[in-house]
Amino acid sequence: MSAVAVEVEAPTMPEVHYLNADYGWRSWLFTTDHKRIAWLYLFAITGFFAVGGLMATLMRLNLVEPTGALMEPASYNKLFTAHGLIMIFFFLAPSIPTVLGNFLIPIMIGARDVAFPKLNLLSWYIFMLAGSVFMFSVIRGGVDTGWTLYTPLSTTYANGNVLSAAVGIFISGFSSILTGLNFMVTIHKMRAPRMTWFRLPLFIWALYATSVIFVLAMPVIAITLALIALERIFHVGIFDPALGGDPILFQHLFWFFGHPEVYILILPSMGVVSELVAAGCRKRVFGYSFVAFSSVSIAAISFMVWGHHMFLTGQSVYAGFVFSALSFAVAIPSAIKVFNWTATMHKASVSYDTPMLYAIGFIGLFTIGGLTGLFLASLGTDVHLHDTYFVVAHFHYVMVGGAIMGYLGGMHLWWPKMTGKLYPEAWARFACLLVFAGFNLTFGPQFILGYLGMPRRYAVYPAEFQVLNVMSSAGASILALGYLIPLIYFTWSAFKGPVAGPNPWGAKGLEWTIPSPPPTNNFDETPVVEEAYAYGPEEAHVG
Amino acid sequence: MYGFPLQPEQASTLSVEMDYLYYFLTALTIFFAGLIFATVFYFAIKYRRRDKDEVPPQYEGNLKLELTWTIIPSLICVLIFVWSAHVFMRASTPPPSATEIFVVGKQWMWKVQHPEGPREINTLHVPVHEPIKLTMTSEDVIHDFGVPAFRMKRDVVPGMYSTEWFEATKTGEFHLFCDQFCGMGHSHMVGTIVVLSHEDYARWLASQLNAKPMSVTGERLFGQLGCNECHTPEGKPGVPPLQGLYGTEVKLQNGKTVTADDAYLRESILGPEAIVGYPPNMPTYQGQMNEEEVLQLIAYIKSFGPPGERKATKQ
Amino acid sequence: MGLRRLTLADGHDSAALVAHQFDDFEQQTQADTFGMWLFLATEVLFFGGLFCGYALYRNLYFEAFTAGSHLLKIKYGASYTVLLICSSLTMALGVRSAQLRRQTALTVYVVLTWIMGFAFVYVKLRYEWYGDYLEGLVPGLNFAPRGESLDMIHHFHATVPHVGLFFIFYFVMTGVHALHMVIGLGLLTTLLIFAKQGKVTKGNFLWVELVGLYWHFVDIVWIFLFPLLYLIGGRYV
Repeated sequence: MSAVAVEVEAPTMPEVHYLNADYGWRSWLFTTDHKRIAWLYLFAITGFFAVGGLMATLMRLNLVEPTGALMEPASYNKLFTAHGLIMIFFFLAPSIPTVLGNFLIPIMIGARDVAFPKLNLLSWYIFMLAGSVFMFSVIRGGVDTGWTLYTPLSTTYANGNVLSAAVGIFISGFSSILTGLNFMVTIHKMRAPRMTWFRLPLFIWALYATSVIFVLAMPVIAITLALIALERIFHVGIFDPALGGDPILFQHLFWFFGHPEVYILILPSMGVVSELVAAGCRKRVFGYSFVAFSSVSIAAISFMVWGHHMFLTGQSVYAGFVFSALSFAVAIPSAIKVFNWTATMHKASVSYDTPMLYAIGFIGLFTIGGLTGLFLASLGTDVHLHDTYFVVAHFHYVMVGGAIMGYLGGMHLWWPKMTGKLYPEAWARFACLLVFAGFNLTFGPQFILGYLGMPRRYAVYPAEFQVLNVMSSAGASILALGYLIPLIYFTWSAFKGPVAGPNPWGAKGLEWTIPSPPPTNNFDETPVVEEAYAYGPEEAHVG
Repeated sequence: MYGFPLQPEQASTLSVEMDYLYYFLTALTIFFAGLIFATVFYFAIKYRRRDKDEVPPQYEGNLKLELTWTIIPSLICVLIFVWSAHVFMRASTPPPSATEIFVVGKQWMWKVQHPEGPREINTLHVPVHEPIKLTMTSEDVIHDFGVPAFRMKRDVVPGMYSTEWFEATKTGEFHLFCDQFCGMGHSHMVGTIVVLSHEDYARWLASQLNAKPMSVTGERLFGQLGCNECHTPEGKPGVPPLQGLYGTEVKLQNGKTVTADDAYLRESILGPEAIVGYPPNMPTYQGQMNEEEVLQLIAYIKSFGPPGERKATKQ
Repeated sequence: MGLRRLTLADGHDSAALVAHQFDDFEQQTQADTFGMWLFLATEVLFFGGLFCGYALYRNLYFEAFTAGSHLLKIKYGASYTVLLICSSLTMALGVRSAQLRRQTALTVYVVLTWIMGFAFVYVKLRYEWYGDYLEGLVPGLNFAPRGESLDMIHHFHATVPHVGLFFIFYFVMTGVHALHMVIGLGLLTTLLIFAKQGKVTKGNFLWVELVGLYWHFVDIVWIFLFPLLYLIGGRYV
């Protein structure tokens, strides 16, 4: 930590801050402080991440042998279903919004709290209830439908606890809706004086776009799951072709939610990366308004591309053309972001601290994840790649290589703010490297597996795919280690780490102007708002 | 295992077309990913932080650059879209001359029927260099009939017929996978496509001794189920004539016109009241026969002759 | 907006009503109102999925959905519509009374709204749905149309299972709507308690406005449901 080593006066912790302002379990479980609620979420989602990760580990172990090294297909099917549902609904979707978003949105816009603090706490309780119901269904024996819950498999033929799983996800939807609603109102109405929209940090823009999706997409999955539950209990035939129902209707409703959901997972991470790049380069993000508007346009277009999950279901060829074209359209704003982050590094002061390493890792992996998305948006190649490991590799590059890299990078950048302590930099760089290497070894071979034709969700597979599967499993063990190390050093540093001081990175933004950890009310007086990323006077234009 | 293959065998006419598109996309990915990686690493090294209080010069952005990296990717996307739509159109349009083979997916097996009669499970014998059209449906959940070597894949959905086609260019055995998760035995719902030379295929067909053509089996069903009591060759009042029906336009009572294709016949057999072209006197056969038998009945109805003959038999 | 400024300036202590996270009363009011509108946007999408499904199946099984529409008891549907429109009026008058700080009028209007809302729910459960149940029209419980219902289905050349699909949508859509009505009744009850305690007339009447927004939304959903379920089958001919 170079910034600390040379510091003349050692930074000190404030005497009273939000962590020690009050003691006892009540002060945590009944808190309405957005910063404490962020911690509640952090504990919850870390638990879910551990469970989901353990499931992934078991799956990868099973796939070492073509005939399944560990378990019967029935157990394997339940594992990947639970892995997908837990990771998407109980880890990735809440990760950045509810932890970093909760902690930072009010501080970044200069507010004392979110607009509805009690609702914020309620969201956490709803989330925990949802998680409990879902875990209950997993412990009772699990679900064997895949996270997509396609009908009529889920409604008529599956033996698992589809009902309780659907109820769990249904409830979690309301938690997300309330969080999104809270964030939108906060960003609209709680900004400090002179904090105009174009002075907002890009993280806020990204979370705003995410919140729009929360509010508009989540109710659709809620009602769809309600229909699944109804069908499951009464067998009335909404999705059962034998009774006149249409199983494809479910896919339309599911993916109308499901594709925007993908952007719920990646948009916040893009927002974090904008902050990481700005702080790591000490530079205003290149093309601020393009990056900001690309978030909004991603959110808007994401509602119009759901049909690209259904090119092969028998929908009309022309519908396929429209959805394919729109899917290419959603690629453009993502590309714009990548180019702008790269351009920000031009003539910058690039730090090699862990947050910036994660940002660089994100840019690399997300670029690959995004470009391989073109293979799937393109009708001709999707015919071959649909439902193969290529798809698995693609969305893990976006969700793990993208979303989780962003989340971890953000945790490293703002950990000193959340705890007032510094994490051990050397260990962090080492873990970042492990995550990057392990990730590529895990999911890189899966692109080739997919093109060779190995279908996803196979518990056993033809022997010729074994070499690549073993590579992938080996990578997974490195990746698991890479995720374990931060857990250990973060926990250690929260108690024993050196004191960070208000701004260990020399970064700009309202959150770095207040003490670490911040006081309960964030700002003792109304903050003075400069433009975002005011690292220095504007000097020149790139010509 | 031989070496380290990066792509499956090219064993159909479509696989070549699709691979060119794939090569192009791969090259594009490598180029842009390489460009980004190289730039990021170059900047990261060249502009590394040399002093802890260093503050670099600040820029606002650059409109020309923004437009450049918006427009160029957009144009590339348009190119990919047109190309891939073209390939998809080819993959989705079976040539009219294609031989039809029928596939029924069932948890967890593939049942195949050749019009000539042979029936297979989890295996499909086809002749090389001949377009084959598969008409597929499912008895239960959604399956997906995929053959990587043919770059061919299509969902098999209960309650409807989906089609896909291929023309094999190599003899040999190729993997058949179910690509849509269909429950416990999903990963066991695999099979083999056996592509034979014309002579071998003829020999194989001849070796299927007990096989009767689908239309013959369908005719027997037609009698067993009592269809022939109303649908007599002479025609009865209020009963649609089946002779020459296939492929013609049928006017429904609600004024719409539909083509009497496989899907129409299937609907009319299983839920005759659903498609109202005639007074709904016919009972439903939903649940009384499986999808294979429906296909046999349809084969029998098709065997009555081409659409042109309908005028002769009507009334 | 004019009304609000008037009440803020007329001597009430607005600072005591402002939660700690807000700078002033104006900001709090705007945030609460905006939050309610966003919630209603969510609700639109919530019903939207059902409307899409309904539209799709109506297109697929036109005859069955026409027949199903004829099997509904239109006199109930029509009277609900009248009830709900009237209750929207009384709700609006209640909001106005709150803005003008008229406690008695507020109580009267809220009670009237409550009675009409309750009548809706009661008649729906006790007479309409129970009647459907007796006729064997509830999918999942006892769907087996007989007698006149069956004749009607045959009259339209529809199939019984497809009419069943119509009734699923009918019960799910009106059921979700009725659930919203029950929640609305709960909100009105708390409103009455607040009004009784004088919290509305002495303090913040925003609560009344927000409940009003919710109530109007639920009414508007019915205004869409009524023609879509009861009328659209051409039974007025």
